[in-house]
Amino acid sequence: MSRAAELTVLDPTTSPAFPVAAKTMLRDAQLRKNVRHATEVIQNKRARVVGEMPDWQQLREAGRQIRTHTMANLDFYLEEFERNCTKAGGVVHWARDSAEAKQIVTALVKASGSGGEGATEVIKIKSMTTEEIHLNQALEAAGIHAYETDLAELIIQLGHDQPSHIVVPALHKNRQQIREIFQREMNLPELGEKPEDLADAARRFLREKFLRVKTAVSGANFLIAETGGVCIVESEGNGRMCLTLPETLITVAGIDKVLPRFQDLEVVLQLLPRSATGERMNPYNSIWTGVHEGDGPRSFHVVLMDNARTEVLADEEGRQTLNCIRCGACQNACPVYRQTGGHAYGSVYAGPIGAILTPQLQKMHYAQSLPYASSLCGACYEVCPVKINIPEVLIHLRNKVVEQKSSLDPEALAMKTMALIFRSEKRFRAAQRLGRIAEAPLVRRDGQDGGWIGWLPGILGGWTQVRDLQEMPKETFRDWWEKRGSRGN
Amino acid sequence: MTGGRSEVRVGTETTVDSSGARTEILRRIRAAKGATPVAAAVEREWTAIERGYRREATREREAVLELLEDRLRDYDAHVVRVRPDEVAGSVAAMLRERGKEKIVVPTGLAAEWLPEGGAFVVDDGAPATELDHFDGVITGATVAIAETGSIVLQNVAGQGRRAVTLVPDYHLCLVRVEDVVETVPEAMDRLRATADLPTTFFSGPSATADIEMTRIKGVHGPRFLDVILIG
Amino acid sequence: MRVALFITCYNDTLFPETGKAVVRVLERLGHTVEFPAGQTCCGQMHWNTGYQTEALPLVGRFVAQFKGAEAVVVPSSSCVAMIRDHYPKMAAEIGDAKLIQAVEELLPRVFEFSEFLTKRLGLEDVGAYYPHRVTYHASCHGLRNLGLGDGPQRLLRAVRGIDLVEIEGLEQCCGFGGTFAVKNADVSSAMLAEKTTAVLNTGAEACTACDNSCLMHIQGALHRQRTGVRTVHLAEILASEEAVPR
Repeated sequence: MSRAAELTVLDPTTSPAFPVAAKTMLRDAQLRKNVRHATEVIQNKRARVVGEMPDWQQLREAGRQIRTHTMANLDFYLEEFERNCTKAGGVVHWARDSAEAKQIVTALVKASGSGGEGATEVIKIKSMTTEEIHLNQALEAAGIHAYETDLAELIIQLGHDQPSHIVVPALHKNRQQIREIFQREMNLPELGEKPEDLADAARRFLREKFLRVKTAVSGANFLIAETGGVCIVESEGNGRMCLTLPETLITVAGIDKVLPRFQDLEVVLQLLPRSATGERMNPYNSIWTGVHEGDGPRSFHVVLMDNARTEVLADEEGRQTLNCIRCGACQNACPVYRQTGGHAYGSVYAGPIGAILTPQLQKMHYAQSLPYASSLCGACYEVCPVKINIPEVLIHLRNKVVEQKSSLDPEALAMKTMALIFRSEKRFRAAQRLGRIAEAPLVRRDGQDGGWIGWLPGILGGWTQVRDLQEMPKETFRDWWEKRGSRGN
Repeated sequence: MTGGRSEVRVGTETTVDSSGARTEILRRIRAAKGATPVAAAVEREWTAIERGYRREATREREAVLELLEDRLRDYDAHVVRVRPDEVAGSVAAMLRERGKEKIVVPTGLAAEWLPEGGAFVVDDGAPATELDHFDGVITGATVAIAETGSIVLQNVAGQGRRAVTLVPDYHLCLVRVEDVVETVPEAMDRLRATADLPTTFFSGPSATADIEMTRIKGVHGPRFLDVILIG
Repeated sequence: MRVALFITCYNDTLFPETGKAVVRVLERLGHTVEFPAGQTCCGQMHWNTGYQTEALPLVGRFVAQFKGAEAVVVPSSSCVAMIRDHYPKMAAEIGDAKLIQAVEELLPRVFEFSEFLTKRLGLEDVGAYYPHRVTYHASCHGLRNLGLGDGPQRLLRAVRGIDLVEIEGLEQCCGFGGTFAVKNADVSSAMLAEKTTAVLNTGAEACTACDNSCLMHIQGALHRQRTGVRTVHLAEILASEEAVPR
């Protein structure tokens, strides 16, 4: 059994710290190869279609302003959405947390069955929000089987795996691995390994479900306050099947998904596809408002879920995290994500956005290693379509982690000592001299190129795993400067 | 069930009333960011959002139409441009070329666009299992966006309900040149008045890149798309 | 011009040659270099690791040392990014109106070394001679926070005798990231392995950059692997001159 198959659920409260999980992933050469290939392809496509937009920076700025404005008036827009959605025949529910959301959805699914029996099956559109709350497990426990209908999510579900990317959840699997999963789970021993064969198998496997199952569960890309409408962007048409054919549709959306007006779609529908999949527009966007006689479900529910998003909103510096439109561009651009893939983050939200979103959704009680899972290179901020300054938020969250540390923590002690040193020139010079003395026993001389340190103790040992460190020069710059005098004589 | 209060009942056992959650979430939001906004202030703030991006066409009319054709061909759609009196003939030729015979059409599709003697069945709201037996569907369009190669359908005469353009494997779409715009903002502007209608944007046929980022045409939606530009 | 040098704590201690090179270049160009003796550290390590309380006092220290300077030159792109991106916010957090104003006035006069040459002085050729095959590593802070663009490469191209070869993945982080290199040593090592492979693939004798922190990290691996390829700060290349016969 592969390691991935052992992953039952990505839960930040029980996942190992990032450095530990990353170590495991780094040993999986196949996974790293798959992740590298996929992220490179998307990055190149993205760069091409972003490059052809002369007004990309203006769009980003408008996107940032729209999202910031929305968060500043979130209660206003949620109430407006509720009013308009209800007027159009939808039913709006509110969930404080994951447990309430699951309870509501389970009850709605059961109520949706014809003949008073209660539905035992639902079809699902890929939704990171339902992954966040592990909805499928809750439905299963209530005797309801959820069929994932997005190709990647189907691969994950049939492979008993977990998503590793916001947009392309199965990007860590290659075609041979996908073929094995389909052969086994769909009972198709003769299945070929061409991507077309695999997509065709999924088409045949799911079409029967689309035509039969009467209840669907979806997420939402955008909720439009002005009209009460919901917008979903997708590629395969499985979304349209789920949104259109069943009798009942249940949409689970984080409260952060609201947009003020229909017109605002003109910004996000340009930013999202180009950033997410490197397409000028994804194959399908669906927008619907409540229920429409003779077209689509007869019963439509929206579950507006908080699940700690208001905690994020309450933190002025962390708040911009909620501006995210889930394009995944930061994941593709991140050199850390590209080494480890998504599972190392121990959360369905991986990569840079996951590193800031996950600990905040855990109210900083868990996932404290994630804000450190970044070299602060800034590639994420550069590609973010709504200009979330991820490095800035990472640093802000690191400060929150440090604030929770005991003052006897060795790192905290060392940092406080260093800070004292930097506050005095005299202490700084003394420390420079001390450093030379302290390192002396570690320095080895093996040739003509001076002394080098190949082993360091404690946490610094991470440095010397693969690197040497050159010994400190005999003379600091300031010593040299003083000797020479300011005019060089 | 629809349009009612946010309460769910299963038999007499389960009741989920989320009004408490609603009050609590709105309270949390207000506590998180301070004051409750006033409609006029929100409106002012929204209006002040800088929209420095293109909101109008920058190309000549003919160049816009050519761009649309190019983009659609990028998606492997067959695209032809014909005069209004040539539509029916062009439809017949497209269907012949694709070998599609059993065709469903939404109510209200202009009769003069359809060739005589074809087996066109007008959609009567049949279940999806029956739609699955058709070879294809022919519709008009509300608006098309050249820059992204997108066509937008709404539930109006000649375009119909969403299932009709979803279940059959082939879609022949008839787009009038006056409905072609260059940019996404121009399209959204035209759609605003009918924003509450079920709306579908499609940009090429159904596709996925979930397997090694290879674009594969046709997963669940129609796998084949042809477009006739009229005018 | 009277130029104040902010050497930065780690260059002072570990890379004095870089500081000497900056002095040499600036004096060769006819400027007067000053070195305020009370300078220590910009606070980057503390700030970026989450020790913000500890970093705050260093803002006032920096301002006190450099407020009278015509220009402040810093041979470290990440330290300049720290000062430029965070000092205004830090001053605001301290809440001292005078300090806020002093930071605001000082910031436009703080330059990364290559930036000072290309943007402030408008120079490309600083009269250097360096007959070696060299590849340039674009440090993330210089690339993204400071927007150095191809400034450093233009300076290098003007160096006589140099054979400048482009590295693959120029915009990829080397994996240093300050305390990231020890806190996430395995991921940092994996990123570094890619960077050293790219350096070696160029066939260069030396890898240069505007930031010794990246270079220390890259150099550590190049030395461990006994590649014979060295690292050298951009200032040291620009300071090199053809030996003049006596």
